[in-house]
Amino acid sequence: MMPAGTRSGRLPHAGTVIAAENLTKTYGDVAAVDGISFSVSAGESFGLLGPNGAGKSTTMKMIGGVTGRTSGKLSIMGLDPDSHGPEVRAHLGVVPQQDNLDEELRVRDNLLIYGRYFGLPMSYLGPKADELLEFAQLTDKAKSKVDALSGGMKRRLTIARSLINEPRILLLDEPTTGLDPQARHILWDRLFRLKEQGVTLILTTHYMDEAEQLCDRLIVVDKGRIMAEGSPARLIRDHSTREVVELRFGSERNTTIAAQLDGIGERLEVLPDRVLIYAHDGEGALEQVASRGLRPLTSLVRRSSLEDVFLRLTGRSLVD
Amino acid sequence: MSPDVRRAEHPGAAEEARNRAFGPLYSRNARAVISRGLMATRSSNWLVMLSGFFEPVLFLVSMGVGLGAIVGTVEGPGGGEISYAAYIAPALLAVSAMNGAVYDSTWNVFFKMHFAKLYQGMLYTSLGPLDVALGEIFLALLRGMLYATGFTAVMGVMGLITSPWALLMVPASVLIAFGFASMGMGITSFLKTFQQMDWISFILLPMFLFSATFYPLSVYPEPIQWFIQAMPLWHGVELLRQISVGTFTAATPVHIGYYLAMTAVGMLLTTLRLRALFLK
Repeated sequence: MMPAGTRSGRLPHAGTVIAAENLTKTYGDVAAVDGISFSVSAGESFGLLGPNGAGKSTTMKMIGGVTGRTSGKLSIMGLDPDSHGPEVRAHLGVVPQQDNLDEELRVRDNLLIYGRYFGLPMSYLGPKADELLEFAQLTDKAKSKVDALSGGMKRRLTIARSLINEPRILLLDEPTTGLDPQARHILWDRLFRLKEQGVTLILTTHYMDEAEQLCDRLIVVDKGRIMAEGSPARLIRDHSTREVVELRFGSERNTTIAAQLDGIGERLEVLPDRVLIYAHDGEGALEQVASRGLRPLTSLVRRSSLEDVFLRLTGRSLVD
Repeated sequence: MSPDVRRAEHPGAAEEARNRAFGPLYSRNARAVISRGLMATRSSNWLVMLSGFFEPVLFLVSMGVGLGAIVGTVEGPGGGEISYAAYIAPALLAVSAMNGAVYDSTWNVFFKMHFAKLYQGMLYTSLGPLDVALGEIFLALLRGMLYATGFTAVMGVMGLITSPWALLMVPASVLIAFGFASMGMGITSFLKTFQQMDWISFILLPMFLFSATFYPLSVYPEPIQWFIQAMPLWHGVELLRQISVGTFTAATPVHIGYYLAMTAVGMLLTTLRLRALFLK
């Protein structure tokens, strides 16, 4: 396992939009963020993965300058968000975990007023709001009340709102949590378009498919520390095998049979409901299982995913 | 334009960047918070606002006209006889200025902070907490001014205005509201739960009933008189009552000074507590 903070001391190179060094935030005795270091280049799509309470949202808040840090260095577009909050945020678009649209304003007015918060003139905001409603596929809802929108529409409006100041960096805190698959795919498509336009995306998620879809590079965070860093493919290569064999022998027998699987594949993991064999050649591993005279109820050979990496690094026990 | 002014990405960004006095707390854009409030009022809140106007009017009609029929005339400031309605009307205006300002700076702020998450959204923009505080206080005062104007007009229609000085009740109400709003917002920064918010009503109701609102202070024993005179509402009641008949005494500047001091202390407290109030 890679120790946390291995990248500290690396100098931010040209084109770095976010540089964090030993970033720490403690609440009382609890370190929500415990000395993490990372940097993000312009146009990059960067993910923070981690279980609940890993410190993802706190990190996002520190980037936005709405939560001060306890120690460490942080620079956004070359500015310290603690002392230059309003200027830093002029470059940021923020999509918080919970929608916080203005329920007292109508859909289009939400965009206009949000733009006013950035001090932008109405002559700019009118056409920009219409363009963003088009982008968010909400043009026919322009005059609707916010609470009449579906969850997916609210999310898209929140994203449209975050783009009103043409931000260079977009912070997305669990952007698709709670959405149905259709709404998620529409949202991913919109985010991918932004990425193509060169917007830097900073994304927290605990959906591994989302991270694989959207992130060029990510860090896995647990208990406020960085557990691993790299591209999704790289992380899978470094922390898992190419393939995984999933065997089910029935809940009663998984543990006893696991002893007989010793030596097959690179690594063995026994879960209550199944046994996982991490192997470079899944079919080969499955043949070895059969040759030992073991007959699983079901078997499945699949490619290793980011989820395997995630669970390996952050453990399987439930965190709340 | 001075050479050190950077070319901004967006109009306004450079202008905001120049203010370093409050650095991360202020971007000189309270007017955006004000436009938001006006737009929200236009599209959904105006009915609620209308009810706030009627409250003191209903009190005036029931107590002033109804009870006034039994009471008859009473001694007003300066010793002249005035109708009971004319006696309590300025007091009701002071109470309404207090209630409106306190509501706007406590419950309203608390709700927008913890439930509507409105400020959370605002503070992820170029706005700083001081912009939000100033904008909200301005809106509270604007509303207070509209109510005071309406109430003064009602007094005029009911024949309770005997002096042109009475028009000054409107700006004086705004001063009273400013004192309560700034102090209320500072106090709200210390409150975390609904139960604690209820303490506010617990303080306001007795202050409304006992601050010489419906009868003169002289009915109380001296120690209680001193206590009530230390409370803010009594100064508001006395100030507006004096203005309504145009009789001023040496106490007048004391009443005004009380609210100027209260406003100054409240604004200082609010500014010092901005992070606790908005950035959790």
